[in-house]
Amino acid sequence: MTRAATLSWFARHELRLAWREWLGMITAGRRRRTRAAIIGLLVFGAVMHLPAWAVVGRYADITLPLDKSELIVVSATIALSWALMLSQAIESVTRVFYARADLDLIMSSPVRLAEIFSVRIAAIALSVTCMALLLATPFIDVLMLEGGLRWLAGFAVVAAVGLSAAALAIAITILLFRLIGPARTRLVAQILAAVIGAGFVILLQIAAIISYGTLSRFAVLNSDAAAALAPDPDSPVWWPARAVLGDGQALLLLLSISLTLLGVVMAIFSPRFADTAISAAAQGVSSRAGVRVKAFRGGSRQQALRRKELVLLRRDPWLISQTLMQLLYLVPPALLLWRSYSDSSTAIVLITPVIVMAAGQLAGGLAWLTISGEDAPELVATAPLPPARVVRAKIEVVLLVICIIFTPLLAALAWIAPWQAAVTACGVLIATIASTSIQLWFRVQARRSQFRRRQTSSRLATFAEAFSSIGWAATAALVLAIPAAALVCGLMTLALLAATWKLSPRRD
Amino acid sequence: MTSEANALAVRGLTKCFDRPAVDGLDLVVRAGEFYALVGPNGAGKTTTLRMVAGLLRPDAGSVEIFGVDALRDPIAAKQMMAWVSDEPMIYDKLTPLEYLEFVAGLWGIDPATSGRSAQGLLVSLGLERHLHERCEGFSKGMRQKVALAGALVHDPRLIILDEPLTGLDAVSARHVKGLLAERVRQGGTVIMTTHILEVAERMADRIGVIAAGRLLAEGTLTELRQQNGHTDTSLEELFIALVDVEDAA
Repeated sequence: MTRAATLSWFARHELRLAWREWLGMITAGRRRRTRAAIIGLLVFGAVMHLPAWAVVGRYADITLPLDKSELIVVSATIALSWALMLSQAIESVTRVFYARADLDLIMSSPVRLAEIFSVRIAAIALSVTCMALLLATPFIDVLMLEGGLRWLAGFAVVAAVGLSAAALAIAITILLFRLIGPARTRLVAQILAAVIGAGFVILLQIAAIISYGTLSRFAVLNSDAAAALAPDPDSPVWWPARAVLGDGQALLLLLSISLTLLGVVMAIFSPRFADTAISAAAQGVSSRAGVRVKAFRGGSRQQALRRKELVLLRRDPWLISQTLMQLLYLVPPALLLWRSYSDSSTAIVLITPVIVMAAGQLAGGLAWLTISGEDAPELVATAPLPPARVVRAKIEVVLLVICIIFTPLLAALAWIAPWQAAVTACGVLIATIASTSIQLWFRVQARRSQFRRRQTSSRLATFAEAFSSIGWAATAALVLAIPAAALVCGLMTLALLAATWKLSPRRD
Repeated sequence: MTSEANALAVRGLTKCFDRPAVDGLDLVVRAGEFYALVGPNGAGKTTTLRMVAGLLRPDAGSVEIFGVDALRDPIAAKQMMAWVSDEPMIYDKLTPLEYLEFVAGLWGIDPATSGRSAQGLLVSLGLERHLHERCEGFSKGMRQKVALAGALVHDPRLIILDEPLTGLDAVSARHVKGLLAERVRQGGTVIMTTHILEVAERMADRIGVIAAGRLLAEGTLTELRQQNGHTDTSLEELFIALVDVEDAA
């Protein structure tokens, strides 16, 4: 086989793997569901055109030249997409380094590794870009329907943004390997992905709260201060915005820069990709000789279970990054709380649903990890304690962690608005119990490493958990604003939970 | 013989999946005995032991551990035994010592006693350099040793092992065999499934041959030879002869 043929064959192999990984994710590994999953996705895509229309429909008629304020809004939207793609790309690269089982096979084969890994880097870039294009399609469709074919350029901009994000993600991850080693890179990369993904929106919200006392990020983007600080309309900073609006020259430049960036990353990092992957595979064998042996701790059997769960949660990189992201989203409301303390703003009510929603979502993840994500199920099943006590100990851990995370925020709220703090605390407790119950009803036997794909094991549980958190968040907010409506909202959420319980698998 | 003298007494044990996996099995293992259960793939060895360990509920039959009805009082039965599967299930993010501390806590063992014995066990299995490393980087053999140490740390009277030597190198296998033999010398009971007939031949006091969920033959190697009319054959030849007869039937 010629070199070109080898590369094209490997590219096909990579694309097939990426396609099957994606298909496995949406069908939960059940091939019979493929047709239903694709139909479901098409329906979902069609339905997504409605919120897309609500969000971008009013911008369809804007044309070049734009004023500074409009350029800022369009550029900020593109920057947000780029940050989200960068976050997704860092996660994909880390996954390839740590989880692909074919490295031994590839590296023992008689092929030029630098070229093969160039293809793998390109495949990562392509999969990130495809995912971005898929998500952007409803928005660009709406813009095309309302504003004409010139919005087709949006697809090319998304591709350029995706390629550059993937290139940067690969460079960041490999540099992290060199700087801090493979063991820490995994954790740091996941935290970085979470921070980058959430960071952009949160920074805008923080700026809005500090300057205008509102959670709306558009307050900053549309402000005179932002317009005064922004560069002139002919600056290269606006190329992405102009490219989206159909400026061919800007689009061509943007695509060229992204492709060049990816090419440079491939040229520099492909020869090192193999070393990096080997380091990742070999991580965890470092010795800690000389560490003093600590005495075993006593206590009940449930205490032993709780201690084990807490240690495992503390050492779970996915959970740490997810929790950090949830906590990051709590920073703006916390800031709003602090501002409200000084000027008694009514915007403080907004904090309640945000906190309740975050608690529900975090509890769902924690409950899955403790209840379903048991790596030694046979050990626990053969231990001399009833299954009900095992489950109880695990639920106690979920409640304890939620309590540790949310108590400081609730205490601060109680200082300013005691009634609102009481309502929020009740909301947090109910949302936590509801999410934990859903995970308990739909528990499966899984490994903790499958946490990322927990949604695929039961779509019903995933949706129920999300709607339950939203329902309890809305109920808590309505208790403070329109108590009669809160009763209706609470009953609806209870009905949802009852229906979820009815549909959950029966157990002996 | 009193039921206390039997470490395990199984009567009419039955389990069906799409076909009978265990078919009315009767089995008695005496206290202080090293018992090897051998049989071809799909014979029902693992299913039998999983029912004994409380991991599977039988469709019919009874299981007694040192006279305790394991189906009626599973907690009391579990307190006396340990289970080690062929695929070691341990926590990647715990160190071997932390894992053993957790197991000792689950069985309610005094921490001072379990702390001492945990370290001794890990050292005797050649893991002294890895006491404080997380298990995520361990080879299959090292993981198997940690799982075995976990099974022994609460000093069970009955140890049930499903293919414990699979994937172990010669040195590790010798460590494990030595540890199990020592347990039996100290009065413990070991029940083990294995495909390595030489191990069963050399280590077991009695051997049970199982096929299609039924016990075909049982006894010491000499007894098995006598039952089958051979005087100087290996277990391998006996096993093949027994299984061939069952297949033909």
